[in-house]
Amino acid sequence: MSNLRELVRYPAAVVGLIMISVLIGVAVYALVALPYDEAVRLWRGGEAIWYNTPKKAAPVWTNWFREEDLPATITIDSADGAIAKTREQVSEDVTDIQFAYTFDYPYTTFPEDISIYFDTKYDEKPPHVSLTWLTPDGREIRIASMTTESTLVYRLDQDSKLERRLQLPDNVQSHMGLFMDPESEELVALPGTYTLQVSASVFEPESDVDAEVVIYGKVHGLAGTDHRRRDITVALLWGTPIALAFGLLAAIGTSVTTLVIAAIGTWYGGWVDALIQRITEVNLILPVLPILIMVGTFYSKSLWVILGVIILLGIFGGGIKTYRAIFLQVKESPYIEAAQAYGATDARIIFSYLLPRIIPTLVPNMVTLVPAFVFLEAALSVLGLGDPVMPTWGKVISDARVNGALYQGNYYWILQPSALLMLTGLAFSLVGFALDRIFNPRLRDR
Amino acid sequence: MSDSALDMEVKAAPIKKRAEALSAVNRILRYSLVRIVMLFITVVIGIYLCVLIANMGGYVDEIRRGAIREEVSVAIFADQSPDIKSLTSEQKKELIEGRVALEVKRLGLDRPFIIRSFIFLKDAMTLNLGFAEQMVSDSGSKSVRLILLERLPPTLVLWGAANLLLFFLTLFIGLYLSRRYGSLLDKLTVALAPTSAAPGWFYGLFLILIFAAVLKVLPFGGMVDAPPPESKLMYALSLGKHLILPVSAVIIANVFLGAYNRRTFFLIYSQEDYVEMAKAKGLTDREIERKYVLRPTLPTIITQFALTIITLWTGAPILETVFNWPGLGRALYQAIGLYDTPVIVGSQVIYAYLLAFTVFLLDFIYALVDPRVRVGAGGRKA
Repeated sequence: MSNLRELVRYPAAVVGLIMISVLIGVAVYALVALPYDEAVRLWRGGEAIWYNTPKKAAPVWTNWFREEDLPATITIDSADGAIAKTREQVSEDVTDIQFAYTFDYPYTTFPEDISIYFDTKYDEKPPHVSLTWLTPDGREIRIASMTTESTLVYRLDQDSKLERRLQLPDNVQSHMGLFMDPESEELVALPGTYTLQVSASVFEPESDVDAEVVIYGKVHGLAGTDHRRRDITVALLWGTPIALAFGLLAAIGTSVTTLVIAAIGTWYGGWVDALIQRITEVNLILPVLPILIMVGTFYSKSLWVILGVIILLGIFGGGIKTYRAIFLQVKESPYIEAAQAYGATDARIIFSYLLPRIIPTLVPNMVTLVPAFVFLEAALSVLGLGDPVMPTWGKVISDARVNGALYQGNYYWILQPSALLMLTGLAFSLVGFALDRIFNPRLRDR
Repeated sequence: MSDSALDMEVKAAPIKKRAEALSAVNRILRYSLVRIVMLFITVVIGIYLCVLIANMGGYVDEIRRGAIREEVSVAIFADQSPDIKSLTSEQKKELIEGRVALEVKRLGLDRPFIIRSFIFLKDAMTLNLGFAEQMVSDSGSKSVRLILLERLPPTLVLWGAANLLLFFLTLFIGLYLSRRYGSLLDKLTVALAPTSAAPGWFYGLFLILIFAAVLKVLPFGGMVDAPPPESKLMYALSLGKHLILPVSAVIIANVFLGAYNRRTFFLIYSQEDYVEMAKAKGLTDREIERKYVLRPTLPTIITQFALTIITLWTGAPILETVFNWPGLGRALYQAIGLYDTPVIVGSQVIYAYLLAFTVFLLDFIYALVDPRVRVGAGGRKA
């Protein structure tokens, strides 16, 4: 315990401990606020969950560093009841429904895209809808008229008729045409209040039209979105407990098993020791990452299977040689002889007398090992062998790399999970270094 | 009488020296030979384990059987000769089964696993790695051996450059810092040592981001420009340009911790009594460093470095993937993507060989620098 109190004397260790506490805090928050099933649903749920977020949108905080803010996503749903609908019977069969979406668009940058998700009710004859766009400077643009089946999705940029009608230059998409400032020489959006008018004709008394308009922005949420419109925050949050659990379990698993093996080998000596030494040498030339890759490709990509294999491969790790050297010294100590004299069993000597003596070497080693495993998990994910279900930091980096985040300038996509990985690595590394100095005083005055 | 005795003594001195040198060479050779035999046994066991892991539960056999069935049925259904075309689908099925069984027998897949595993082992040891399912070597061959051996030079260039640079950098920075213990630079290195927790590929991502994406001064990846330059000089320059980022990534990830370890090690050793003694004798600092600090620590440093290199080898597939380096590691990554089993198992074997070779090379250097091996006294540490 006094050793732990001593830790406070090292500023680097204090920083490391604070970083670890923050990470644990985030991990606990993720587990409580976003239960596992919910996280998996948000991460793997499909288009139905992600449809109203933009693709590859930067995090909101990037706006702090920009002179002009990038637009956030604007979503208005007429089914919410906030929009007044007028119904007017025109003839015996035809009823007109009119409503308008009015919204502020304070940006000079264009939005990413516009989609309209219809939700119409009818028995046989689907309603007919026409859309009109009113700009802040009073222009009126007819967008489209169409027959809307129950779940029609109207994507503005895919409408070739609209594109022809707007007569835009090649590099300008239809949705940009609607926001374009006609007075300006440059290609900028006109800030102000826009209105999208919907007028529908329904042909049945019970028939109704609702629509959700999504004007996709260029920033979204705390961490932005990826190529499948997923909110990266989910992966960043959930990656924390996974990375911590994986790193800690792997570090503890490998170092404790290695320690026990080393203790048994030194205590019994002879052929047991020789065998363990030879196995260690064989183990040294086993290519660990390729074996993990093989396991991942052929059997299972599950994080826990990989964890098990890592621990198995780590049992006869290089640490055995270090531990063995220390045990050989300890073995000759008088108190061990005393224990033998009063008839202690081999197991008792190994577990109660030998092992405790090595904790000063074990603890720093174990803490310093954690980052290696955290990064190993990330490495496997980058190679495309990440856990298929769980959202992890490595998988975000992998997605970003594969989808050209570096080439296209979506730097946030790679930088955020990397920053978290670095934070975890540094935190454990800092604490491990300090522990090493405390437990191994030979280094202390250095 | 006395003259000739003196004469003999004078003559004997160089002979004795030569004999000593000869026996030293002898010892080094014998030591290396023993190590080679040991390592060979290690490699055999290592590769056998790889074969077992690769084929755990007969999974690879399943894949191979599936491939055989696929091949045979495609061949039969594509066969336009009248006597096969006229067969009913029942008869065709029978024909396929027959041919599959024949092929399985030919490849020895019907024998018990123990025997099969030894066949695999022999094939693997002799680099008889079979044929790739999808991947093709640059020369158009499907032989896994050719595909992998073709990728070997780029891997060796990259890791050879990175490891050599790393070894000498850490050694000299460590020496320099141990001389200036407590200076600002020394403190900075100690403070930066924990950054080595992150592996090279991780720093590689940042380097690509900064130097390729933002500054656009260095290439994103690859080994040479496309198309490859014609003249040798331009080729070398282009290769050098592409080497900068991956090598820097490896160096950044390892140099601080390496230098810190070396420095601490030198500091501990420079407190030994014999160093104090040398100081008292009035030897220059350089001489003390060379003869009394570097000399006795070098074998241990080489052993430590061997472990570093082995860890670096482990990270090779991922670093090469991040930098699109056309080496073994990237071949492995491509093989995963294509689910090309023979290539995955084959690269496993090549990696085992590479690791063993690395260990041997360092063992050999160790034998050269460790006086205990040369003199042949108490050489228990191996």
